[in-house]
Amino acid sequence: MTGKVVTITSGKGGVGKTTTTANLGVALARLGQKVALIDADIGLRNLDIVLGLENRIVYDLVDVVEGRAKLRAALIKHKSFPELYLLPAAQTRDKTAVSPQDMIQLCNQLRPEFDFILIDCPAGIERGFRNAVAPADEVLIITNPEVSAVRDADRIIGLLEAEHKGPGRLILNRVKGDMIRKGEMLSPDDVTDILGIKIVGIVPEDENVVPSSNSGIPITLNNSSRAGKAFHNIARRLMGERVPFMSLEDSGSFFKRLSRMFSGGGG
Amino acid sequence: MSSFWERLLGRGNMRGSGQQAKDRLQFVLLHDRLNMSPERMEAMKREILGVISKYVSIDSENVDIALQRRESASLLIAEVPFINTIEGIDPDETPLPVSPPPASTRKPRRKKTTPTAEEKPDQDDA
Repeated sequence: MTGKVVTITSGKGGVGKTTTTANLGVALARLGQKVALIDADIGLRNLDIVLGLENRIVYDLVDVVEGRAKLRAALIKHKSFPELYLLPAAQTRDKTAVSPQDMIQLCNQLRPEFDFILIDCPAGIERGFRNAVAPADEVLIITNPEVSAVRDADRIIGLLEAEHKGPGRLILNRVKGDMIRKGEMLSPDDVTDILGIKIVGIVPEDENVVPSSNSGIPITLNNSSRAGKAFHNIARRLMGERVPFMSLEDSGSFFKRLSRMFSGGGG
Repeated sequence: MSSFWERLLGRGNMRGSGQQAKDRLQFVLLHDRLNMSPERMEAMKREILGVISKYVSIDSENVDIALQRRESASLLIAEVPFINTIEGIDPDETPLPVSPPPASTRKPRRKKTTPTAEEKPDQDDA
């Protein structure tokens, strides 16, 4: 195997990087891929709790880089998916504990044993970003259809080009079909027009996302969730499949619109 | 707000805040990408107009200089209308471009169109 290293980044915080990394990892594992997830957000560890693995951490990324633990010993196997592993971030150190070169070496060690290595990048454009992007074969840029998040995504795209890692592909997260229909939200076409990069996923806003993080069970395991379905589709696209984008209309039927209209037009 | 029927049929209002978001982003990103702040842009505009108005008189009310994005490239598009005067000369302006500069001045050489005796390089550099 020669694993592909995919870094998930955004510039702005809070747009859904960790949720996306966790869900793509689970979705790829369900599709039969062997996956390693790396939490590169040193000092602000999060991927473990979203995946429900917070009680199983013995060693972390910095322990491996500084030689206190073997890589194999630090990788945590997921409870439900034996082909899914997590390398957690250190919680008590900062981004300077790891260098871009360390990340490249680490990923080179993982490549022969995994199909996919997904890196959850910290917010910002400093050292943590450079660490996470250095080993990437492909970069996914997450954004929301909001002016601040799109502006930060554009900055990230510029930096990726400067590092010869560009242009990357876009995941538009937290999209509200009914607001787009009313002309009150940037559409996926608007965002790709503005940013000028290809889109690999459109994830609808979904009230099931928070409960799934609460319980540590990624949303893509919930078959009735539209966001979960969207993450599953992105995983298939990462594997090279051509999957059509699903409709943004969650409750777009005539009668639902009618009832929504009389209840005040909210979404 | 969209009308009752538009909402019933699921058609959106095309001029909602989504369009504003797109327009504002496209403007701000052009400047971000070039590292060109509005102040820098204003300074550049003033300088460009200053140079142009040395040669022709311009209708400064209707000047439009702005960044635009076409395909993948950013462009500076300048629309600078001239004031139409006889032979293109505004009598109020100094007639600088019309009369050839004296040979002794150290002005930068003008672009040569047809070679003339007074534009010989050694004379300008003297």
